[in-house]
Amino acid sequence: MKYFRLLRVSLTRRKYRTMLTIGSFAVAMFLFGLLAIVQLAFNQGAEIAGADRLIVMNKVSFIQPLPLSYAERIKAVPGVKSVTHATWFGGIYQDERNFFAQFAVEKDTWRDMYPEFQVPDDQWKAFAEDRQGAIAGEGLAERFGWKVGDRIPIKGAIFPGTWQFNLTGIYKGSRQADDTFQFWFHYDYLNESLGPSSNWKNVAGWYIVRVEDPNHAIDAIAQIDSMFSNTSWQTKTATEKTFYADFAKQMGNIQRLILSIGGVVFFTLLLITGNTMAIAVRERTAELAILKAIGYSDAFVLFYILAESMTIALVGGIAGIVLAKLFTLGGDPTNGMLPIFYLPTGRMIVGIAAALVVGALAGLLPAVSASRLRVVEALRKI
Amino acid sequence: MVRVDGRGDGNSLITARNLDKTFHRGSEDIRVLQGLNLDVDEGDFVAFMGPSGSGKTTLLNLLGGLDVPTHGSIRVAGDEITNMSASKLTSWRARHVGFVFQMFNLIPVLTAFQNVELPLLLTRLSKSERRQHVEAALALVGLADRMRHYPRQLSGGQEQRVAIARAIVSDPTFLLCDEPTGDLDRRSADEVLDLVERLVKDHKKTVLLVTHDPRAAERAGYLLHLEKGVLAEAQVAGAPA
Repeated sequence: MKYFRLLRVSLTRRKYRTMLTIGSFAVAMFLFGLLAIVQLAFNQGAEIAGADRLIVMNKVSFIQPLPLSYAERIKAVPGVKSVTHATWFGGIYQDERNFFAQFAVEKDTWRDMYPEFQVPDDQWKAFAEDRQGAIAGEGLAERFGWKVGDRIPIKGAIFPGTWQFNLTGIYKGSRQADDTFQFWFHYDYLNESLGPSSNWKNVAGWYIVRVEDPNHAIDAIAQIDSMFSNTSWQTKTATEKTFYADFAKQMGNIQRLILSIGGVVFFTLLLITGNTMAIAVRERTAELAILKAIGYSDAFVLFYILAESMTIALVGGIAGIVLAKLFTLGGDPTNGMLPIFYLPTGRMIVGIAAALVVGALAGLLPAVSASRLRVVEALRKI
Repeated sequence: MVRVDGRGDGNSLITARNLDKTFHRGSEDIRVLQGLNLDVDEGDFVAFMGPSGSGKTTLLNLLGGLDVPTHGSIRVAGDEITNMSASKLTSWRARHVGFVFQMFNLIPVLTAFQNVELPLLLTRLSKSERRQHVEAALALVGLADRMRHYPRQLSGGQEQRVAIARAIVSDPTFLLCDEPTGDLDRRSADEVLDLVERLVKDHKKTVLLVTHDPRAAERAGYLLHLEKGVLAEAQVAGAPA
C-alpha cells in the first residue's frame, strides 16, 4: 500500500491522457460486452440445453416435417422416457417486423418436457381447455403489452389465413438465459384446421425426446435413426446441445465474426495503450533513473510500469463492461431478434480479465525497457 | 585521511584500487580512469576537481555503485562492491549511498515530504517512523515549513536542499554530490555548501563532492585533482573536517 501513492501520482500527472486511455478501454470493453451478448444470444440454446433431451428432425432438412405416427415408435425405444413434438408456425403479428417464434405444441406432453418454462397451473389448465388457447413468454407479452385474456390474431405465412388465439397464460423462465419470447398454441388447432390434402396434415416439425440416462443418449440416437432409416421420412437425431449449436451455425459463422471483430478491437487497444505507456516511460526517464539510483530494483520498476498500465486497463475495462451491462437493462433493442439479451457475470469477468491481459501486454515492452534503464546513461541525458 | 597512492592500510571507509574504466564508442576505446587508487576515511569531506571529461562523474558513479569498473576493486565499509550482482548492488546503494545531483532530480508530482520519504519506502519502517525521519531530515536542511510544497513551488536552492534531505534521510554511509551547486546562484550555492559542511562537521557524514567551482572545493577537507583519468596527490583544501 505504501507504493500506492507512486502509482496514483503517475496516473494523475497527465490526467487528460490517462482519461483518454481509460476511455479507449471503456469503449473497447463496451463493444466486447455487446459482442458477448450477441454471441450468447446465438449460442444460448446450446449453452442451456437440457442434457437429457434429444431433438429428432427430418434428415433432409429442419424445415421438412416428420409423420405424427413416429411419436409412439420413438417412445418405444429403450431408454426413452417421454416424447413431445413442435411445429414451426412462422406467422406474422401485425407487421413483419414483429418477428417472434410461434410453435404448435402438444398440450399433454409439452409442459413436462420443458420444466424450465414455468406456467401457473390455472393458466395451463385454461390453455388445455381452450382449443384456441395460447401461452406467451413474459418477454414477448411485455413487448406487445399482452395480458391474459387478450385475443391475438396472427397471419399465417406457411399456413394460410389469419389465426385467432386466446392468450390463456404467460410463462416465465426459471433461468436468466431462458428464452421468454416464444408463443405456444395447440397443435390440434393447427392440424384440425388443415385440409386433408395439406402436406402439413398429421405431421410434426420435430420431436423432442427425453432419455432416462443422458450417458446413454448416444444409444437412443442410434436406435431412433436406424429405426427410420428405411423409410421415406428418415430422421436425424441429436442432443439438444448439438442441435442448437448446428442451428446457430446455419446463421453463419457468428463466432468467427465476433472473434474477428473482438480481435481487431483488442489489438488496436494494445497499440494505443502500448504507445501511451511508452510515452509515459520516456517522459519519466530521469525519475525512473533516480528511483533506481536510490535503491529501487529493476523488478520494482518493471512492476511499477505494469501496474500503471494494468490499472488503466482495469478501470477502463470495468467502466466499459458496466456500461454494457447497463445497456442490457434496457432490453433487447432488436425487437425480439435477440430474445436472450443479457450479459452474464461470467462474461463480465472474462471481459475484465481480457482487459487486464491487454493492459499487461501493452505495458510489458515499456516496463521491460524501464527496468533495463541504465542509471548512468539516463542521468547523462538529462 | 585521504590517500591516492594506493598505500593505505585497507581499513578506510572507501578503498579503491587500480580502478580502470574504459568506454567503447564505435571502434574507439576511451579510457576515462587509469589505474586510480583512493582511500577515504569516515568523516572525510573530499572535493574532486578537474576539466570536463577528466572522469570525475565516472569515478563518483563507480564509488556509488551506479556503474562497474573495467578493472580494479572498490571496497566500502568492508563490502567489495565490484563483484556484486546488479540486484545486490541496488540494495547496497539503498543502505550505503546518498546521491545529490546537479539537477536536483526531485519527482515533480510528489511533495517535498513525499520526495524525501522515497528511500524510506524501501525499509521496514512504519508510517509514523518514516514521518519522524522525514521531518527530521527536512528540519535539518531548514525546510520543515515547506514539507507540503511541490518542487515547482520551491526555489532552486530549496529544491537542492530537499534533494539533500532525500539523500541523508536513510542515514547512508556516505554522500556523493555531483556538482550540487552547478545549477544554483551564488547565494543558494552557499546555502547548500553550508549545509553540506554542517553535515560533515556536526553529523560526521562522509561526503565526496564533484565540482567545477573552486569556492565549493575550498569548503572540503581534501581537494583532489583529476586529469585524464589520473588523480593528483591529495591536498588539504582547508582545515580537516
